[in-house]
Amino acid sequence: MYHDIVIIGGGPAGLAAAVSARQAGAGDILILERENELGGILNQCIHNGFGLHTFKEELTGPEYAARYITQVEELKIPCLLSTTVIHIDENRVITAVSRKHGLMSIKAGAVILAMGCRERPRGALIIPGYNPAGIFSAGTAQKLVNLDGYMPGKEVVILGSGDIGLIMARRMTLEGAKVKLVAEIQPFSGGLKRNIVQCLDDYGIPLLLSHTVVDIHGKDRLTGVTIAEVDQNFKPLTGTETDYSCDTLLLSVGLIPENELSREIGVSLSPVTNGPLVNEQLQTNVSGVFACGNVLHVHDLVDFVSEEAESAGKNAVRYIQSGGSAADSISFSEIPLRTGGAVRYTVPASIDPQRAQEETIVRFRVGEIIRGGYVCIYADGKQIARRKRQIMLPGEMEQVVLKQKDIAGASGEILITTEVAE
Amino acid sequence: MVDYDIIIVGAGVVGSSIARELSRYDARVCVLEKCTDVCEGTSKANSAIVHAGFDAVPGTLKAALNAAGNKAMDRIAEELAVPFKRCGAFVVSLHEEDLPKLRELKERGIQNGITGLEILGREEALKLEPNLSDDVYAALHAPSSGIICPFELTLGFAENAKQNGVDFVFQSGVTAITKTAGGYNVETERHAYSCRALINAAGVYSDIIHNMVCENKIEIIARRGEYILLDKTAGDHVSRTIFQLPGVYGKGVLVSPTVHGNLIVGPTSEDIDDKEATKTTRDALADIVKKSAFGVKNVPLRQAITSFSGLRAHSPTDDFIIGESAPFFFDAAAIESPGLSAVPAIGERIAEMVKEKFSLAKNERFNPLRPMRVHVSELPVPQRRELIEKNGAYGSIVCRCEQISEGEIRDAINGIIGATTLDGVKRRTRAGMGRCQSGFCSPRVMMLLAESLGTDLTGTRKNSPSSLIVYEKTREDT
Amino acid sequence: MTKNLTCISCPMGCELRVEQNQSGAVLSVTGNLCIRGDVYGRKEVTAPTRTVTSTVRVTGGNKPLISVRTKTDIPKDKIWDCMERIKTASAAAPVAVGDVIIEDIAGTGVPLVATSPANKLEGTNK
Repeated sequence: MYHDIVIIGGGPAGLAAAVSARQAGAGDILILERENELGGILNQCIHNGFGLHTFKEELTGPEYAARYITQVEELKIPCLLSTTVIHIDENRVITAVSRKHGLMSIKAGAVILAMGCRERPRGALIIPGYNPAGIFSAGTAQKLVNLDGYMPGKEVVILGSGDIGLIMARRMTLEGAKVKLVAEIQPFSGGLKRNIVQCLDDYGIPLLLSHTVVDIHGKDRLTGVTIAEVDQNFKPLTGTETDYSCDTLLLSVGLIPENELSREIGVSLSPVTNGPLVNEQLQTNVSGVFACGNVLHVHDLVDFVSEEAESAGKNAVRYIQSGGSAADSISFSEIPLRTGGAVRYTVPASIDPQRAQEETIVRFRVGEIIRGGYVCIYADGKQIARRKRQIMLPGEMEQVVLKQKDIAGASGEILITTEVAE
Repeated sequence: MVDYDIIIVGAGVVGSSIARELSRYDARVCVLEKCTDVCEGTSKANSAIVHAGFDAVPGTLKAALNAAGNKAMDRIAEELAVPFKRCGAFVVSLHEEDLPKLRELKERGIQNGITGLEILGREEALKLEPNLSDDVYAALHAPSSGIICPFELTLGFAENAKQNGVDFVFQSGVTAITKTAGGYNVETERHAYSCRALINAAGVYSDIIHNMVCENKIEIIARRGEYILLDKTAGDHVSRTIFQLPGVYGKGVLVSPTVHGNLIVGPTSEDIDDKEATKTTRDALADIVKKSAFGVKNVPLRQAITSFSGLRAHSPTDDFIIGESAPFFFDAAAIESPGLSAVPAIGERIAEMVKEKFSLAKNERFNPLRPMRVHVSELPVPQRRELIEKNGAYGSIVCRCEQISEGEIRDAINGIIGATTLDGVKRRTRAGMGRCQSGFCSPRVMMLLAESLGTDLTGTRKNSPSSLIVYEKTREDT
Repeated sequence: MTKNLTCISCPMGCELRVEQNQSGAVLSVTGNLCIRGDVYGRKEVTAPTRTVTSTVRVTGGNKPLISVRTKTDIPKDKIWDCMERIKTASAAAPVAVGDVIIEDIAGTGVPLVATSPANKLEGTNK
C-alpha cells in the first residue's frame, strides 16, 4: 500500500493537516486513527472555549472537531478508524494494525505526526503512599465521566491547576461530587484565568498554590491525602502537612507528547518539549516526516493547533510536489533558533532564511511570569524586532512573527529572547 | 465440609510452586488464598532477581535452596513459559579496603557450589558496564545470576498446578485450624475444609498460620522494601544486576534491568508492625535516589514511571523455615530473599516430604508444560497477521504503551486461572505497566472485565473486593 | 463600590475594575482590552450568566451519552436547576450536532442542544 500523505492521528491536528493538504492540492491522503471515531481528545472535552480564534465562536470540543470532520467528509479524505500505528521506519513505511484489516504495511510519500500527548501519571512523580483505586489522571476521569458515563468518585482532591484539572473540578462538582480543593505546586496556576473563575471561584473550590500531595492513604480505595506547602525549590515544608479525607485524587500534572513512534523513525526530540525538533516547514530531521499539534509541543488553545497543522499540511504537499527527495530535507543553510531570557523553547527550532515563507510564526513559552516585558528577536546579533507584551505566562503559549525579509541574510543564528523594561 | 488430601495456605510463588510439584502425585490438593488472585503478596513486589547464590551463608537452607533453585530456573522457565534471562550480576565495592569482603563473598559462593565467580578490576568491569560509578573499585562477577518475571513465575506454577488438577480458592483467608484424627479442619471466611496434610505458605502471615497449629511459636517480621521502576528507555543503562557491597552506608541498593526491559532501583529495608502496610514512604524513596548513585552513575531517575513496596517475611532466625513443624503440618515460612530464586527447590522439597509421608503414587497424567502466553507484539509479522485474521481481537490495541491487544486481555480473563481484576489483567498481560500507567487502557480493560463478570464498570475492581474503581453511572439506564 | 473581576470572555483574562453606585447600576468598567470585557463586566455584576455543558443519556444509540450545551449562556443562579433537568433528560438516537434536546431548559428560554452526534445502535459509525 502506498499513499502520498499519511497522517498519524485523527484529532484536531491530524484533521486540520488533512484539510489543509487537500486544499493545497494533495490527491492522495490517508488518516490513521486508533479510536473508532475522529476528533481525538476533543471528543471528551465537552466544555466550551474552543474556536474563538478560528471560528470567532465559543464552541465545545466536540463541536470544534465536528467542523473539521465535516470538511474531511466533504473533501472525501479517506480515514482508517480503530487502527493503531505500531511502527514507522526511517523509510516512512508504516506498520498499522486493526481488527478489520489485520496487519497493514503502508509506504508514505510524506508522514505527518499528529499523535497528540499523554498525561503524566502519579508514578512518574513518585508520590509516596499507598496505591489504591481512586487515583486517576484528570483525562482518564474525564473520559469515564463524559464518554462512558461513570462517576470516578464522590469526594475529590485535585493535584495540578492546569486546565484539565480546573475543568474537571467543575465537571465533578456539576455531577454531584464534592471537590475539596485544587493543589498546585507552582506559585501560580498553570491554567487559563477564565477557568479559575468559572471552575473554581464559581463553586467555591479553594486553590492552594505552592502546595502538593505528599502522602496517599487507603490500601484498597483511597481514603485521603496529605497536602503540604512547598518552598521555592518545591520541597515540602515540615509542619505544613494537612490531611484531607477524600475517595478520589485527580492528577493534572503535565502532558507529555507521545513520541514513541517518532523515536523509532529516528526523529530527534527536544529535551525541553519532548517533541520533535522541526524547521520552519515543521519538518523533522527525517526527510518527509512532519509534526504538528500536541505531539510537537503541548498547546493551550486548539486554535493554534489547527493553525500549526494547516502549515504542516501545506508543507507536506510542497514536499511531495517537489519530488520529496533529500534535496528538500535538511538543507545546509538552516540555522538554529536559540532561546534567551525567559524563553524555554521555540517551535520551529531551526529555520532556513532563504527557504522561509514571507512570514513564519514562531511559537514559544516562557518559564516564568514576565510583566511589562518585551519579546526581542536578533538575527546574527542584530535586533530585528522588539514587541511589548503586557504579560507573558508559562501557561499560555506565545507567538511572534518572523519576516523573511528581516532574516534573509542571516547565517549564524536567530535569537528569540525576553527582555524586561528598565 | 470439603475434603482434600492436602491444603496449601497461600497462592504466592511459594504456595504455587508447592502446588505444582504436588500435582505430580495422585492427591487431591487445594490452595486457599485470602486475596482475589494469585501473586497478590510479596510475590508481586520484589526485585525479581534470580540470585546466583553467593550471598547466603553456607550451610543454611537459604544457601542450599538458592543454589538448587537457580540451577533449575532454565528448565522451569521453559516448562512454565516464564520470561527469564541470565544476565549476570556484579557486586561492586567502592573502596580498596573492601576488597577482602568481596573475596570473602566469592569464597562463600564457591562453598555454596556457585560456578563462574570472578573478581574484576575497575577497568575490566567498566568494559562490561560503562555506567559504573567513579567510585567503583572492583566487582564480583556472577554470570549465573538472572532476572525473571515474578508474576509469570507465580502464574506459571499456579496454572500448571491447576492444569494438573489442583483447586485454587480465592477470598478464603484461614480463620481457624483444628487438629483432627485424620489431619486438620481448616476454616476460612467462607467455607470449611478437611485435609490430611496442611502446608503453610502464607508469606508475611506464615507465623499466624504456624502459631495456630504448633506448640513452638515463630515470629515473622514484615520487612518492607521500596523500589523505583524506570521507563524502558532507561532499560539498557546497565546490562547486569549491579549490587552494592554492604558497607559504610549500609546495605545499599541494586540497579538492574528487568526481564521486560525496564530498569529497577531499590530496595530499602524497614521492619514494620503492620503486615498490610505496602505503601511507599518519602524517606525510603529519597534513600533509593541517594544510594542508587553509589554504584552506578547517571541513573536516569527522571524516567521513573512508578514506585512500589513489598513486604518480605523475615524470621529472626535469618533462614527459611522449611519442614514438618507439627504432625502433617509443613512450613514453607520466612521465605524472604533469596526466596524467589529458591522457589523451584522449595516446591520440590516440600512435595518430596509430603510424598514420602503418604507414599503418594505418581500422577500418570501430569503434564509439566504450561501453554505459552500469546504476546502479539513479539510475534514475527507473518504469524501476527495470521493470528489477527483468525481472531480480529488480536488486532485491536488496548494498551498503547505496551502494545497489548484485546485478544490478549481476553486470554488473560479466560486463562487457566483467569484474571478477575484490573491488577490481575495487568500482571498477566502487562497492560497498564507502561509509561502512562494505565491512564489510557484502564477504562477499556474495565469494559472487558465487566463483560466477563456480567456487570457494568461499577462491578470491576482494582484488586480486592473493596477496591472499587468507579462508583456509579452518571445517568440512569445508560 | 468597586468590584475586581477577571474577564472570562476569552483566554486573555483581563483584570477588570467595575464601579457601581448604591443601587447597583454600573458606572464604569476599566481594564478591558476589548468591548467584550466591557459587556462582561457589566453583566457579571448585575446579571451574571454562564454556559452549561454536560452530557445527556442516549436511548437506542451506539453510545451511552451525547455531550450537550445550553445554546447560549443562562443566568448563573439557574445552573443547578439546569443540571437537575439534564440528569433526567434523554435523547433518542440518531442525534446530530445542533439538535435541540430540550427547547427551554429550566425556564431560561434557552435551548439545550447536542454538541456530539450519536448513531442508532444498528448502524455503523463511518
